[in-house]
Amino acid sequence: MDNFESFSGIAVAMPLVNIDTDMIIPKQFLKTIKRTGLGVSLFYEMRFDLDGNKIEDFVLNKPAYQNASILIAGDNFGCGSSREHAPWALLDFGIRCVISTSFADIFYNNCFKNGILPVTLNKDQVDGLMEDAGKGTNARVEVNLEEQTITAPDGRASCFEIDPFKKRCLLEGLDDIALTLAKVSHIDKFEAENTLSRPWL
Amino acid sequence: MTGRRTLYDKIWDDHVVHEAADGTCLLYIDRHLVHEVTSPQAFEGLRLAGRPVRAPEKTIAVPDHNIPTDVDRDKGIENEESRIQVDALRTNARDFGIVYVGVGDIRQGIVHIIGPEQGWTQPGMTIVCGDSHTATHGAFGALAHGIGTSEVEHVLATQTLIQKKSKNMKVEIRGSVGEGVTAKDITLSIIGETGTAGATGHVIEYCGEAIQSLSMEGRMTVCNMAIEGGARAGLIAPDEKTFEYVRSRPHAPKAGAFELAMSYWKTLQTDQEARFDRTVTIEGSQISPVVTWGTSPEDVLPITGLVPHPEEFSSPKSDAVRRSLQYMGLEPGTKLTDIEIDTVFIGSCTNGRIEDLREVARILDGHKVKPGLRAMIVPGSGLVRAQAEQEGIAQQLIEAGFDWRMAGCSMCLGMNPDQLAPGERCASTSNRNFEGRQGRDGRTHLVSPAMAAAAAVTGRLTDVRHFS
Ligand code: SF4
Repeated sequence: MDNFESFSGIAVAMPLVNIDTDMIIPKQFLKTIKRTGLGVSLFYEMRFDLDGNKIEDFVLNKPAYQNASILIAGDNFGCGSSREHAPWALLDFGIRCVISTSFADIFYNNCFKNGILPVTLNKDQVDGLMEDAGKGTNARVEVNLEEQTITAPDGRASCFEIDPFKKRCLLEGLDDIALTLAKVSHIDKFEAENTLSRPWL
Repeated sequence: MTGRRTLYDKIWDDHVVHEAADGTCLLYIDRHLVHEVTSPQAFEGLRLAGRPVRAPEKTIAVPDHNIPTDVDRDKGIENEESRIQVDALRTNARDFGIVYVGVGDIRQGIVHIIGPEQGWTQPGMTIVCGDSHTATHGAFGALAHGIGTSEVEHVLATQTLIQKKSKNMKVEIRGSVGEGVTAKDITLSIIGETGTAGATGHVIEYCGEAIQSLSMEGRMTVCNMAIEGGARAGLIAPDEKTFEYVRSRPHAPKAGAFELAMSYWKTLQTDQEARFDRTVTIEGSQISPVVTWGTSPEDVLPITGLVPHPEEFSSPKSDAVRRSLQYMGLEPGTKLTDIEIDTVFIGSCTNGRIEDLREVARILDGHKVKPGLRAMIVPGSGLVRAQAEQEGIAQQLIEAGFDWRMAGCSMCLGMNPDQLAPGERCASTSNRNFEGRQGRDGRTHLVSPAMAAAAAVTGRLTDVRHFS
């Protein structure tokens, strides 16, 4: 995984609550055995009609948001299925930061495994950023993980909370599995003890 | 904090391999269930890094999401991508030495149905699967939750997960429930009360008389939908019913080992003095048979209700309701029992067990499926199917006009050809009514098996209490 660096980018707003992972990436695209190439199918059923034509007034189809890298969405973003195809699709489209008032648990975790930063802000802050995002390419939002701030085009900064371990993993692009394997002696010990205390397992 | 721990605290404590200063833990995983959709990239990751599966004997692989449910499916999978995924699972299982339950095996079925059925699910275990409905196994007092593909790879490689502890939430259903009210109505009503994000960051322990009196099948239905309320997992303390269910299973501990295990399982109870971060109490008598009217599992109402007006909700939910009603093709103020349906789907990891099929057969009792209506039953496993055939239920359902299919996820998510057509309206025993879930532009009403059976006969959403 690449290091997560601070960046400023175009933000796109989807002011809808409970955006679920079925919406983010519908099931027909889960048949892949790869992680890449899902960007074209992101929000597929909202982006394309039954004949496969672009639905022009859907926000991600508007020319201003073709290069969006920040998604701002309503409450409980990413609920439903555990499919990691959701963050894969967002990333493949170019989204590197998602901002909402709250996230579903599994989606939230999945983001970190893929170098996407999920940011939780309060409703007023999210509403304000959604308004900014309405200005399209004329408004750039700055994401600074080191400082834990989101800065709106007019300079308003909002601070966000993040688990220090998760922050470090993103900043340094750490491989979770390698980190855990460095503790393999603890796992060996646990297993040995378990054989004695819960031999039926 | 011995003496004041919740059930969740106890299982957690017994599985911590390592705890860092900031509270980040390495949690040991006792059982890992794997299916074809969320695992190929994980195995690919292992191959690229040259890593083996640490504990293949703790891992079970089964294809369920993609596979056809036609009776003649042993002729192979037509859809190329689905076939590749299923083939990849078989190859990965073989290459990494994992138990594989293939389509030709009578034990094959939905991963969350076959785990308990085979005794792979046991109290006190930590169980994960790359699937959000892993919460189902919590019915046994096992800490079970869904994970993403990167975490699947992490568990395969290390048999652990990096976790922070969740908060404790208690959901108590007091007293008993009324006539016609099933486990499905209980779990949907809880979500209706707490909302789909109400339990985010928490592990729920379900308790109270109404929960205790449920069968193991009913308890699985309740825990299955914990995720729909945002919870990381749902738990029910194990009791005699649990032990009896587990005892005879092929992979349960045997003889002396079972007794030893049971003495441990009996300690898996929340201590009297334990504190919960959040408590929700619902009177069982207040729960009705329910249906969903919208596109979120929290959009629940008693079957006696009316389709709501968006104005009854505050912003931004009111906008979501407007969108839902448009998607669902419903007018505010319509009686729910006036909503006509085209399809009935009975199955899924929520309601695809033998008890669910018995309930459907009991309600049907000589009635026929309404002519022109599509009614399908997809048993949760090959063994559920065989059992229903043995009990004569299958014959009864077929005579009533149901399409009797092979085991799999099927129309719960429509990755295989079992899908709703645009605009088609379905009474479904599954767990998600999201836009497009059962087929693009398909309309889903979540119901219990009993309500689905009644709807199949009348052709509209029906109050099972007034159906005979
Ligand atoms: S039956 Fe539905 S919810 Fe259950 S595992 Fe299959 S797709 Fe997921």
